[in-house]
Amino acid sequence: MTDAVIQPTPASATPEGGHLLEVRDLHVEFRTNEGVARVINGVSYHLDAGETLAVLGESGSGKSVTAQAIMGILDSPPAHVRSGQILYQGRDLLALPEEQRRQVRGKEIAMIFQDALSALNPVFPVGWQIGETLRQREGMSRADARRRAIELMDLVKIPAAARRIGDYPHQFSGGMRQRVMIAMALALNPKVLIADEPTTALDVTVQAQIMDLLADLRRDLGMAMILITHDLGVVAGVADRIAVMYAGRIVEHADVRSLYRAPAHPYTKGLLESIPRLDVRGQELSTIKGLPPNLMAIPSGCPFHPRCPYVQKVCVDVVPHDLVLGDGRTSACHFAQEVRDDSAR
Amino acid sequence: MFRFILRRLLQMVLAFFGTTLIVYALMFAGQTDPIQALAGERPVTAAQRAYLTEKYHLDQTGVGGFFYRYFDYVRSLLQGDLGQSLTGRQIGDILQQAWPVTVKLALIALAVAVVFGVTSGVIAGIRRAGIFDNSTLVLTLLVLGIPTIVLAPLAQYFLGVKWQLFPPTAGAEPSFYALLLPGIVLGSLSLATALRLTRTSVAENLRADYVRTARSKGLVKRRIVSVHVLRNSLIPVVTFLGVELGNLMSGAIITEGVFNIPGVGFNLFRGIRTEDGPLVVGFVSVLVVVYLISNLLVDVLYAVLDPRIRYE
Repeated sequence: MTDAVIQPTPASATPEGGHLLEVRDLHVEFRTNEGVARVINGVSYHLDAGETLAVLGESGSGKSVTAQAIMGILDSPPAHVRSGQILYQGRDLLALPEEQRRQVRGKEIAMIFQDALSALNPVFPVGWQIGETLRQREGMSRADARRRAIELMDLVKIPAAARRIGDYPHQFSGGMRQRVMIAMALALNPKVLIADEPTTALDVTVQAQIMDLLADLRRDLGMAMILITHDLGVVAGVADRIAVMYAGRIVEHADVRSLYRAPAHPYTKGLLESIPRLDVRGQELSTIKGLPPNLMAIPSGCPFHPRCPYVQKVCVDVVPHDLVLGDGRTSACHFAQEVRDDSAR
Repeated sequence: MFRFILRRLLQMVLAFFGTTLIVYALMFAGQTDPIQALAGERPVTAAQRAYLTEKYHLDQTGVGGFFYRYFDYVRSLLQGDLGQSLTGRQIGDILQQAWPVTVKLALIALAVAVVFGVTSGVIAGIRRAGIFDNSTLVLTLLVLGIPTIVLAPLAQYFLGVKWQLFPPTAGAEPSFYALLLPGIVLGSLSLATALRLTRTSVAENLRADYVRTARSKGLVKRRIVSVHVLRNSLIPVVTFLGVELGNLMSGAIITEGVFNIPGVGFNLFRGIRTEDGPLVVGFVSVLVVVYLISNLLVDVLYAVLDPRIRYE
């Protein structure tokens, strides 16, 4: 697809010097009967118009919760945003009344989810579900919404879209269902697309197709994208920058190239080393020892210290601050320099 | 879908013969002398005995004789002739009188279950663990725990006799008003079940992933609940109510008995008490057909409501 086919949306009205979307020191906790789980502990990241940020981390690291907080679709209770700001075009979304937040959803920031089968309503045809957004939000007529739904399904390359518009989600293959989700998210031309593990439930070959589609659409429509994933392989070809999350914090933040070349946080280093390599024979696959932390009792100091090969006394006692390494890189590790130098070797 | 319905219709034929055979066998197996049962306390002359033996093929004995009489009965049944009860009335006529009363009663009961049960269930499901939810849970538990045989006389005594809000009994050709209290009593059980089913279903669907998707589309909450959640939540409820209507149509022996309503259950109970074999078998045969058809309709309805269900 060439850029000429679809006109990219004009550069957004971002205030001078500000970012399109910025999360500032976000704290979210889940208040349950068993206790309080601190799911997000001071996450900050930003997204500029037209770029792709990958948020990487294992299950429970808080990457999806951050995204849902941005969308304002956290289940509350139990979720509770304790503090922080989510600035979109300079406005703090968390300070907006619900009705204004609702207007932002889908229209400014849209989201696609991991398992398209359960994320789509099983009892309505896909065309109806795509068109619903247009009818409800834009006041489109049934016929217009239907026509636009077919266009959107064509856009995400669903074959014979006009014929399949009346089919139900269960009648599609996994990859096609995820395309339906994407078409639905694009209905209102959002400026930001959050893709929450869009390929996790799919076959490897289909994963690549969906990632290519997302990358193409992002470029052609001039959107910005937050790509949430736990799969380092998915990230490399698509993202501009990577934010690595652990225990509800961003532990490392860097552009893709330098992060892959020399990770500056032991956790990122461990993740990269645990990818099987084709060019080294007979190696034992390395893993990160231990388990992800219990969010009800996060370890003192650096939350990664019980699993860290670089652990020292200071790691147990002192919470590491983001260490600025230049080129916009940060790492929340007391020994970030050493780790990076080790990795670069 | 067509093949499914055809197959089910064929199964219904089998089920029909099976049930009528069993009911026929049970009803007549216990009798020692059917002619004496027919005559009651009066003596039977030899000539009368010979005539009746001839008429009902009672000279044929053993298993062969039983089947001879059964098929004789079924033959006339298939011609639409339900035969005569031991009281000499045409069973078809009795049924014709009793059925409309039972249908009215069933519809009142179902309306009570739908209006109060489903509505309260939706509210309780949305406000799970709230005051409304908890109090309806206790109330439904109470209703489900009290058997009709206790609930019906209690309602009759307090609402009918003591406070005189409703007529305590219905009698012949009952009015809508007279059927209201029995209808509510009869429907209370379906109401409680429908409420709990709806509540669970709504609460479950509110947590479904597609609700999160609907929210991320920026839909208003009212639409998410009333379109997305409700459409999914009502699938099991509608199915339950369909089966329940089939049950209610076949009469309510206890409720009709307590409130003296001349419906299907009332007549059926009288037939069983007076060992009126032809009446009982005749009624049950028709009830079986009603039940089978209503169940088939529920299955078809289920496939219409849930596109994931496809019968081949």
